[in-house]
Amino acid sequence: MLKLNLHPKTVERAREAATQICKSFDWLFNDYSSLAIERTVLRLMGIDGATEDGKPLPNLIVDKLREDKLIERGAAYWIANAMASTGKCAQEVADLIASGELDPGQIPAQSPDKVFQILSEVSDKTMAHIKAQRVHRAAQFAKYGPRRKPAIYVIVATGNIYEDVKQARAAAREGADIIAVIRSTAQSLLDYVPYGATTVGFGGTYATQENFRIMRAALDEVSEQEKRYISLTNYASGLCMPEIAAMGALERLDLMLNDAMYGILFRDINPKRTLLDQYFSRMINAYAGIEIQTGEDNYLTTSDAIEKAYTVTASQLLNEQFALLSGVKPEKMGLGHAYEINPEIENSFSYELAHALLTRTLFPDAPIKYMPPTKFASGNIFKTHLMDAMFNFIGQLTGQGVQLLGMMTEAIHTPHIADRSLAIENAMYLFNAVKNLGDELCLAEDSFINARANTVLQEAAEFLERVEREGLFAAMAKGEFADIKRPENGGKGLDGVFRKSPDYYNPFLEKMKVELELS
Amino acid sequence: MKKELIRPYGDTHNDGRMQLSFSLPVHADEYGKEAARLLLKQMGFDDIEVCGVRDLNEGFAQFIVYATTAAAVDPKQIKVKIVETEVMDMDTTDEYIAEHLGREITVVGACIESDAHTVGIDAIMNMKGYNHRYGLERYQYINAINLGAQVPSEELLRRAREEKADAVLVSQVVTQKNIHIKNLTKLIELAEAEGLRDSMLFICGGPRISHELAIELGYDAGFGTGSYSTDVASFIAITLAERKAKR
Repeated sequence: MLKLNLHPKTVERAREAATQICKSFDWLFNDYSSLAIERTVLRLMGIDGATEDGKPLPNLIVDKLREDKLIERGAAYWIANAMASTGKCAQEVADLIASGELDPGQIPAQSPDKVFQILSEVSDKTMAHIKAQRVHRAAQFAKYGPRRKPAIYVIVATGNIYEDVKQARAAAREGADIIAVIRSTAQSLLDYVPYGATTVGFGGTYATQENFRIMRAALDEVSEQEKRYISLTNYASGLCMPEIAAMGALERLDLMLNDAMYGILFRDINPKRTLLDQYFSRMINAYAGIEIQTGEDNYLTTSDAIEKAYTVTASQLLNEQFALLSGVKPEKMGLGHAYEINPEIENSFSYELAHALLTRTLFPDAPIKYMPPTKFASGNIFKTHLMDAMFNFIGQLTGQGVQLLGMMTEAIHTPHIADRSLAIENAMYLFNAVKNLGDELCLAEDSFINARANTVLQEAAEFLERVEREGLFAAMAKGEFADIKRPENGGKGLDGVFRKSPDYYNPFLEKMKVELELS
Repeated sequence: MKKELIRPYGDTHNDGRMQLSFSLPVHADEYGKEAARLLLKQMGFDDIEVCGVRDLNEGFAQFIVYATTAAAVDPKQIKVKIVETEVMDMDTTDEYIAEHLGREITVVGACIESDAHTVGIDAIMNMKGYNHRYGLERYQYINAINLGAQVPSEELLRRAREEKADAVLVSQVVTQKNIHIKNLTKLIELAEAEGLRDSMLFICGGPRISHELAIELGYDAGFGTGSYSTDVASFIAITLAERKAKR
């Protein structure tokens, strides 16, 4: 069997440093909240909808609570207090606030027992729904069998959810196991989630709760016909991480991109905001049984894939430790990496194989997400198709969890329907052709591949120990990650972070902590 | 002088054979194949050989076709706009700037508006560069400022003015529904309105950008797929030197 011999001491050192780095954020997770987290609480309480000019009600209410200097107590209390006073449900209260007929700050404080009871009932109801979605998913997999490994993951990205549905259904019938609806390019920097079904987007389709619902329904139908549960994924990233995680939990998405540091490094979102938002959003993912996926491929598209291979390993270890703090189990951690080495380099395939095996070996229980060549994909679609085949070869040979299929037109446009079909054909051919080959092969004792994997691991361990000494925020400010400098108080969204008052309460956070055995 | 005309070459001079591939909303059957054939017939193709049909499901099929065209191109009619400045390596460019301009030049770059894909601007500007060509940040005589992704046009121009930039680089990777044209037009119109257009070079780049398109949109140059930092740096250095000489 194809197996690496990693130095166990170095593995231990690297993981220990990552653990210490992530553990040092208790102060942030315990004492702070963000506007995005409060909007999430409102969504989980059942508040949805938008004003005529498109402002979502969760934004409207949270912004008002902040202006009135009430937000430090948490949005949940103010809505529950208004519910206790008026006898109306959360959505009705929200509508009254939106129309200006009700001012939550002006309502006299109701009995704490009554408010607490309302919060308890409301949160129980939503959590029961999310749990039912989790149970339903598990039942589907039990009925139709587990997901293929590597699973075939393809994207749809027309900008129009109804056009996306056609392409997703076609892809599912051809063998896709996971459909990702790529988001419109600017969405990660929107500090709100658009409302309703959308038909215009750029480079992708807006993530909205209604779009999630439309695609889930279409895939449920195909799942039944194909006798195979088709998973759906989207992106809990950007300034609305926890809100999108909540929408995914409510509408039964099965996977969600959720990287602890991606927003900081690649979208210039404030470090505190990002870590805080990922903490709660991953807890929602964990409770919903949603598999998270991380974005380490981004390190390799911005830097050299051999020289900076260790940053992938380091980020995987940090993502793992942050995920554990939010209650995500290893079998739900789709840690990422990518096939991005310059194809002109001699033995590039051996390097790729070493890196892919390293990830698989370090995280044996994780459904690793393997990303295709993009940086060296070109207008020569024939060459790109060939590179995608080599990538698929490694995916099967090393047993990656999810193969994010490369498209031969990667460098040209969002995939046409035939591009996606050819990508699936490519993967199916390779997966089948080398199905059991990995069991037949082993590495030579002094193999380059084994030495290379240990080198990357060693570099990752040294890097993480340096970050541990400096502190994660200081290291980011110095540009230690991805050569991008991100100061602790820079970036977008810092003004949406606030210190909680002693009487702050978020019923979902508290209950999920208990359910996930985190407290 | 018919032999001067340019026609597709399959395996025999002037055979006019072409390879085509496309999808239609039809089933992968004889009816679908005939639809594909008739479509190509309308386009003027002959000897149409539908050699591959792939069922894409949901009522779609892909066709792979070889066919002959009678169309031919007269070389005399071919007119292209290309960046004509010589391409120099990094050291030569640095020497060139030192000699002809005698000062450091400032280049401000960004991926503007909704576009979040920094791969293009990074390949040209970042220290590391791309495919063995260092980016502009590495040039001794270039002060390169990369503002990153999703930079509003107004912000890019503000920085360019502040830094007294010699050149502005704009990258556009996402091209769905021609969003790149809209964004590039917006920037150049703003530059004109703010009186900046003629005080610095405006250069755009991206997978769907050609020099011709760039000129049409009012830019000084455009760099498409396969362009490197060396192409951009040489163009900036030589054009600035030429302008200086003219003054």
